Amino acid sequence: MEILGSFAPDPAGLGPGQTPADEAGDRPVHDPWTDAALVAAMVAVDPAGLGGVMLKALPGPARDAWLEMLRALLPAEAPLRRVPLHVTDERLLGGLDLAATLHAGRPVAEKGLLVEADGGVIVLAMAERLTQAFAAKLGMAVDHGAVRVERDGIAALTPTRFGVVALDESVGPDEGPPDALMDRLAFHMELEGLRQRDIGEALHEADEIRAARELLASVTIEDKALEALCGAALSMGVASLRAPLFALRVARAAAALDRRTAVEQDDLTLAARLVLAPRATRIPEMPPPPPPEEDEQDEEEPPPPPDEGEEERQDEDDKPLEDQIVDAAQAAIPANLLARLMAAADRKRRQGILGRSGEQRKALTRGRPIGSRRGDPRAGARLALIDTLRSAAPWQPLRRAEMAQWADPDRPLPRVLVRKDDFRITRFKKRSQAVIIFAVDASGSSAIARLGEAKGAIELLLADCYARRDQVALIAFRGKGAETLLPPTRSLARAKKRLAGFPGGGGTPLAAGIEAAHIMAEVARTRGETPSVVILTDGRANVTLEGIGGRAKAEEDAKAAAEGMRAIGVSVLLVDTSLRPAPKAEALAHTMGATYMPLPRADARALSVAARSAAQTADS
Amino acid sequence: MAMAFPFSAIVGQDEMKLALLIAAVDQGVGGVMVFGDRGTGKSTAVRALAALLPPMSVVKGCRFNGDPKRHQDSCATTCDIQGKIADGAPMETEDAAVPVVDLPLGATEDRVVGALDLERALTQGEKAFEPGLLARAHRGFLYIDEVNLLEDHLVDLLLDVAASGENVVEREGLSVRHPAKFVLVGSGNPEEGELRPQLLDRFGLAVEVTTPKELETRVSVVRRRDAFERDPAGFLATWQQAEAGEAQRIREARDRVQDVEVPDDVLNTVAKLCMTLGTDGLRGELTVIRAARALAALEGDVEVDEGHVRKVASMALRHRLRRDPLDESGSTVRVERAVVEVLGEVA
Repeated sequence: MEILGSFAPDPAGLGPGQTPADEAGDRPVHDPWTDAALVAAMVAVDPAGLGGVMLKALPGPARDAWLEMLRALLPAEAPLRRVPLHVTDERLLGGLDLAATLHAGRPVAEKGLLVEADGGVIVLAMAERLTQAFAAKLGMAVDHGAVRVERDGIAALTPTRFGVVALDESVGPDEGPPDALMDRLAFHMELEGLRQRDIGEALHEADEIRAARELLASVTIEDKALEALCGAALSMGVASLRAPLFALRVARAAAALDRRTAVEQDDLTLAARLVLAPRATRIPEMPPPPPPEEDEQDEEEPPPPPDEGEEERQDEDDKPLEDQIVDAAQAAIPANLLARLMAAADRKRRQGILGRSGEQRKALTRGRPIGSRRGDPRAGARLALIDTLRSAAPWQPLRRAEMAQWADPDRPLPRVLVRKDDFRITRFKKRSQAVIIFAVDASGSSAIARLGEAKGAIELLLADCYARRDQVALIAFRGKGAETLLPPTRSLARAKKRLAGFPGGGGTPLAAGIEAAHIMAEVARTRGETPSVVILTDGRANVTLEGIGGRAKAEEDAKAAAEGMRAIGVSVLLVDTSLRPAPKAEALAHTMGATYMPLPRADARALSVAARSAAQTADS
Repeated sequence: MAMAFPFSAIVGQDEMKLALLIAAVDQGVGGVMVFGDRGTGKSTAVRALAALLPPMSVVKGCRFNGDPKRHQDSCATTCDIQGKIADGAPMETEDAAVPVVDLPLGATEDRVVGALDLERALTQGEKAFEPGLLARAHRGFLYIDEVNLLEDHLVDLLLDVAASGENVVEREGLSVRHPAKFVLVGSGNPEEGELRPQLLDRFGLAVEVTTPKELETRVSVVRRRDAFERDPAGFLATWQQAEAGEAQRIREARDRVQDVEVPDDVLNTVAKLCMTLGTDGLRGELTVIRAARALAALEGDVEVDEGHVRKVASMALRHRLRRDPLDESGSTVRVERAVVEVLGEVA
């Protein structure tokens, strides 16, 4: 292991001589259930302060047992509310209670789930499918300790403090809960692979939790412990400032559980292990048992306040504290970090198998209710009948009284007086939204410069799609299969990151590329979006759908894929990237009913214009 | 509900704090958009600003924060007070806190623009206008956290009102118009979605915040945050004096800002800067000058100099650059380059 002098950033976090095998040797083994039980106890002690838990586990006995344990540990009066994935804003945040309003003859506000959960815990099912908008609303309530409602004539600010248990059922590294939610939860815990026999008992009794809750406010922590936690977080590459704050609170909760009013070193190491280690993005560069003269120099990753700061702290206890915290956490890192790094590599491989990633993506957003808004149903929009009646209902007495003044008394009034302002139309969030899917031939036969041009076009498109809120996606095919470089996105920041530095070369799995675009287009359509596809290729396939070389079968597959594409009736633009217009590409375009565009010198701007016109054809 | 964290206790993030202070000194500078990482105190800073704003004078009883100096043209068709004053009743004024109004995600249109008062309709059978968030924010600040996640139809509404300074409501036979001039303050994480260019354009200043990377700063952030959460009242007491100082600085700068001179050579420099960057229109130029003037007022200077321009150039211009996706360098870097080109290196 490198000890001295090297501050070279090591993206994988693994020092040269540092292999998993080295680490495994003397790493203290923590029984996963014990940790899980400890986490449950701490959440029960301070649900709101700790934010909560991201619990990565498929439904099963382990998860059920853990939730049951948490329920048992929480005070009996503390609410535990399950929040379904497709919860409406009304139910989540609160709004007008229509039935009560009509009954009482005055506006009655309805409490949302977040307010009902005050003092307790909410459980989010399928957290990996939550939208960023949901995470943002939840985050605001968590950050302010209150829910602000400005809905349907109700304006209210209601205090509420709760913890969150986010059940993450993602199967691949492709999915995961929104980062904004993850950042606000102290614990990121995995219960995967736990079997029936691993499931044990709770470590604490409900009355111990109660005692700890009472003690919590008086638990003190020394300033140097706080510094040590911050330092440990930094050296593990944990950027968020919420993490050290959570670690601090976990240390307090741990002390309180142990019936102490002072945080001790064990509490700190525990906090680092449970809060910081799962967030680590690198393994801290630290000598395991540091030779005394050397450790000064080998301290922090970022060099800034190097020696002076260190030397001021003459206190002998000081140095070992941070070291030991990091040591403890470090022991928990490798398995996690390595697994994560490997999973990320795995994701690339697996995305090549298209059906799978397409299915997952489909499952991500299908069937999300988008709600309604005020609007005119005549303008081609769909009337949202229930919402229209809802919005008309409170005004009935007023309107009846009005009508009674001038209406013909012999003719009965209509049962419901609906007016123009009541009309609500269903919102299709992405109905008018175009998704332009680029499938780019990045094989050796298509010059690598083509990939550069396609990247340029996509960036240009992104830049002028903001106004229309269109999305752009990018699929590249080369070697054995196709890969989603960029799922549909509007974010220039993300797009740029993904686009930068995708390599070219290898065979031409044209069929896989077409099929990938096909699936993505279908998924986009089930989300109510209007997909259009732009394929950039020279039409010369030489890798089959199965990823095997062979020109004849490859071209047959490509033709079949092209027919499949035609069948879904999406507008397609085929840009022929060969140096001279190629009959094969034109024939392929014909097969899939695509607009054919020979573009021997495709430059980014021309491509963007062509893609836009294809998208507009799709709109009309 | 939690008390607001004091503005002066926010560690670092100088550009964000400066932009907010400038908007507090000269509301005419336009709104402030804060882009940045999670957990960098974006919303904390905006909320904290509310406590520093000197009170404003309003027409007593006016539901639209009517300005006594301009009550004739300002108040809405349904303002009861307006009618009384027109009938010769003396206009009373009172001091009110400058509103800093939250527009939460999930808000519905009726609450944003205002609608029929449901309570009065149900209990008294009357039609009355219930002002919405836009009315409440008049002469103050309208804050939208995660503004890039705001629903499109609300964004459209905002664009319209922010441009015209007036909110027009036509529903249920009510026809109401009232002034709605506010400083739009938004915050968001660009990784979670882009902001529409039309909306971005409504912000006078744009700042970027990042998570601090120095251990010392990070320790201070965590220490103060923890201290605040453990004992909010005690923490506020500790910072009371600093807060009072900051509030006074704003008050004095407000009184002074209109008298700050902008010499011709500074005007020329700013014009050259904007030309170098190729920003569209005059908005950029005007914003740089207004912001520099507010900064000079904050710093107690009677005249704007190049140092002020240097400090505000990035926040006033970075979001006005034409997008050039093929230029890898960020807009901040481009502005800084232009500043060096026009003004030279910092001496």
